[in-house]
Amino acid sequence: MHFDLVSPEKSVTSIEVDAVDLPGVEGDMTAMNGHLPMLTSLRPGLVKARGAEGDESRFVVAGGFVEVTADSVTVLADEVFLEEEFTSSVLDDLLERLEKTASTKEMHEKDKAQKRLGDALSLKAHITH
Amino acid sequence: MPSLKDLKIRIESVKSTRKITKAMQMVAAAKLRRAQEAAERARPYSEKMDKVVTNLASSFHGGGSVPKIMSGSGSDQVHLLIVATAERGLCGGFNSSIVRLARQHARNLIGQNKQVKILTIGKKGREQLKREFESYFVDHVDLTQVKTIRYGIAQEIGEKVLDLFETNEFDVATVFFSRFQSVITQNPTAQQIIPVEVKENNEEKGFYDFEPDETELLVDLLPQAIINHIFTALLENAASEQGARMSAMDNATRNAGEMIDKLTIVYNRSRQAAITKELIEIISGAEAL
Repeated sequence: MHFDLVSPEKSVTSIEVDAVDLPGVEGDMTAMNGHLPMLTSLRPGLVKARGAEGDESRFVVAGGFVEVTADSVTVLADEVFLEEEFTSSVLDDLLERLEKTASTKEMHEKDKAQKRLGDALSLKAHITH
Repeated sequence: MPSLKDLKIRIESVKSTRKITKAMQMVAAAKLRRAQEAAERARPYSEKMDKVVTNLASSFHGGGSVPKIMSGSGSDQVHLLIVATAERGLCGGFNSSIVRLARQHARNLIGQNKQVKILTIGKKGREQLKREFESYFVDHVDLTQVKTIRYGIAQEIGEKVLDLFETNEFDVATVFFSRFQSVITQNPTAQQIIPVEVKENNEEKGFYDFEPDETELLVDLLPQAIINHIFTALLENAASEQGARMSAMDNATRNAGEMIDKLTIVYNRSRQAAITKELIEIISGAEAL
């Protein structure tokens, strides 16, 4: 299946893969060939694209949307970082921005923003450097 | 008849003008390339975003309520015009043509007894609209300090606009910017961004699973789509500005060249005339003896 990962500023990757692990807003999931068409939003988390030879590309996304069809996965990420680029300073910067948004929102939107913040916090585990 | 010295000074001054315009043209060319690349890179996201919005909206079976941002607020009394122009001049008709389109639009709306609010991006447009529409201004975005258009800028503007919509400050929002076609052509464009216009999807009707439900997703997705429209407008504008400046400076350089040629001919002629005159004086003086 075809995997596209795009951010507003550029297209990050466009490759053939076997499966993609996605951090869905209501739980992680894996999209493989023949998956039911679906549309979901993503929480901040790790996107893993696995190729036919077991090779794996990993990306950190700061939230976004994904469209899955039987033969393609398209991730529209708000922001994308390669896993090796995702350092603690990048995370701190991201957290600061999310905190700022959370503080301006109200009610339901605030809950959502705070959940995003929590998800982003758990990204700490993925910092390899 | 200007003296030889005057002519010489004149030629020198036009020469240095030519140097400046030539330099500006080359800078614009370099910036244009970068701006075009940025616009090019952003294209996949907006294409995909459009597709997803279309798919989502067309498989909306009326279950749940359509978000206000798509259905509109139920009236079209108050219009917000977002006029995006450059921070700097010397780029031909770039700023004026956007302003002209916006002005026309605003006059039309006022003629129809609608209420108009104007948000300006870039000070050139603000200056030009100030005389006629100052009382309609609601906000201004300053991009003087901005070197490259990042998504964050569009996000800030988008959130401002969305906040205004949430608080019922307007019903319809339209962005004015210049779409980049080539160095010679930039098309001033008016694009409605709120309520979101959805294209009819005639090809495959997608049957999607949604997580969370359609309404929730649309509520998340549409603001992103709007911000992305603004981002695209800013990128197109940046490329157009540099393109317009490049061709304007190219023209200026050529004009300066022509002027130098003309002045040089006048200079040479008057120098020859002076020499001839002196010769005649000497010869007639000698003959008189």
